[in-house]
Amino acid sequence: MSERKIRVLVAKPGLDGHDRGAKVVARALRDAGMEVIYTGLRQTPEMIAEAALQEDVDAVGLSILSGAHMALLPRVLELLKLNQQEHVKVFVGGIIPDEDVPRLLEMGVVGVYGPGTLTDQIISDIRKAVSARAASEN
Amino acid sequence: MSLAESVLEGNRLALARLLTQIENNTPEGRKALEELFPRTGRAHLVGITGAPGTGKSSLVNQLARHFRNPPDGKNPRWVGIIAVDPSSPFSGGAILGDRVRMRDLAGDMGVFIRSMASRGSLGGLAQATSGMVQALDAAGYDIILIETVGAGQAEVDIARLAHTTVVVEAPGLGDEIQAIKAGILEIADILVVNKADRPGAENTERALRNMLQLAHPAQRQSLHHGLFMAEVEPPSPQSEKNSWQTPVLRSVATEGIGVSQVAGEIDRHRKFLEESGDWTRREQARLGAELEALLQSTLVSRWKNTISAEKYQAVIREVVERRLSPWRAVTILLDGDEA
Repeated sequence: MSERKIRVLVAKPGLDGHDRGAKVVARALRDAGMEVIYTGLRQTPEMIAEAALQEDVDAVGLSILSGAHMALLPRVLELLKLNQQEHVKVFVGGIIPDEDVPRLLEMGVVGVYGPGTLTDQIISDIRKAVSARAASEN
Repeated sequence: MSLAESVLEGNRLALARLLTQIENNTPEGRKALEELFPRTGRAHLVGITGAPGTGKSSLVNQLARHFRNPPDGKNPRWVGIIAVDPSSPFSGGAILGDRVRMRDLAGDMGVFIRSMASRGSLGGLAQATSGMVQALDAAGYDIILIETVGAGQAEVDIARLAHTTVVVEAPGLGDEIQAIKAGILEIADILVVNKADRPGAENTERALRNMLQLAHPAQRQSLHHGLFMAEVEPPSPQSEKNSWQTPVLRSVATEGIGVSQVAGEIDRHRKFLEESGDWTRREQARLGAELEALLQSTLVSRWKNTISAEKYQAVIREVVERRLSPWRAVTILLDGDEA
């Protein structure tokens, strides 16, 4: 009997201290039956990549409100790749200007969520992205 | 190269993947564990348990730092951490938040932290915890800190798995009657009053000391073994100096105060176990219990293959209708109708 649970790392990189959004999302993912590894505030991209490796997660959700997303995300993606974790799906929530969204998606971010996003949307996107990976492996 | 071989070579990604396989109870995970089994048995397994909010994660964080950076600068040890948090009984999901308190360990390649959800187990650990600990042991981690679910009074599985059990208390959680109840305090090899800078720490410490004094050391020892080891062999008669006196320590884990004393007692307990022969006895008890559990599940599934589902359902129906007692039903199912 093998039970496959979706494991998601939820982290807050950068220096802003507002983690309300991250906690709401973590809670919603939990209620959707996922296992959420919550790492808390002020994580560096290195800490995030290392935690993603040790925890062998399927997805990483980052909450960024400080405007530093164009600096932080490329670094996180690069480190995941360096660790041979390209399969890990990266999602971003927070305050992201519209004009940055296409560039983030181009970099390989799977989803960008601003204020007002329904958590159901995030849940179904994660499920879809992760199951696509599982299917391609078999 | 097999997954097990990569793990033995020190590949952290392989280790992380193996832990997932073990947690999900897959055939690959089991195969790798079989391969790794001869390499296990070296690590010191230390359980950290206690009520929610007593500071288990903070203490684990500080202990790991201490073992990585010993004050004398000699022999930094590799530290593996397994932190268990509860799964929601409704959604099956979980929030695993122990890493929040373990930020200090980031970036140290000699530390490997893995969070896991209890997935329905009630004893304070998850079903797969023991297998995951074995994987870390084989991978070469010298000391493995196992943090249980915030435990109340009866979550004592950790005492079966760990060589050394640290029970963390905090001031203001209960009066003396809590201290004399059975359960979690009895399994402590080391008692820690954390958050000792808070009012009431002296009272908590005193209550714990009183609790310990009430039990005669020699008797405690045999109770200890009687609880977990009786099936293997009766405890050998212990002389006074051969028995372990549970120390009561104070700490303020968030500040690092008292942590080196706790670490010192953990090491002293390991030495005691080795010198008294308890190390071997505990290993025997633990592996014996694991083997028995494995035997039970294997026998049951093997037997289930020999009986038709209809017959099984028919017997259950008769039991429900009170025409057959459960005991009689078992005899019929195992030995056939004539028995």
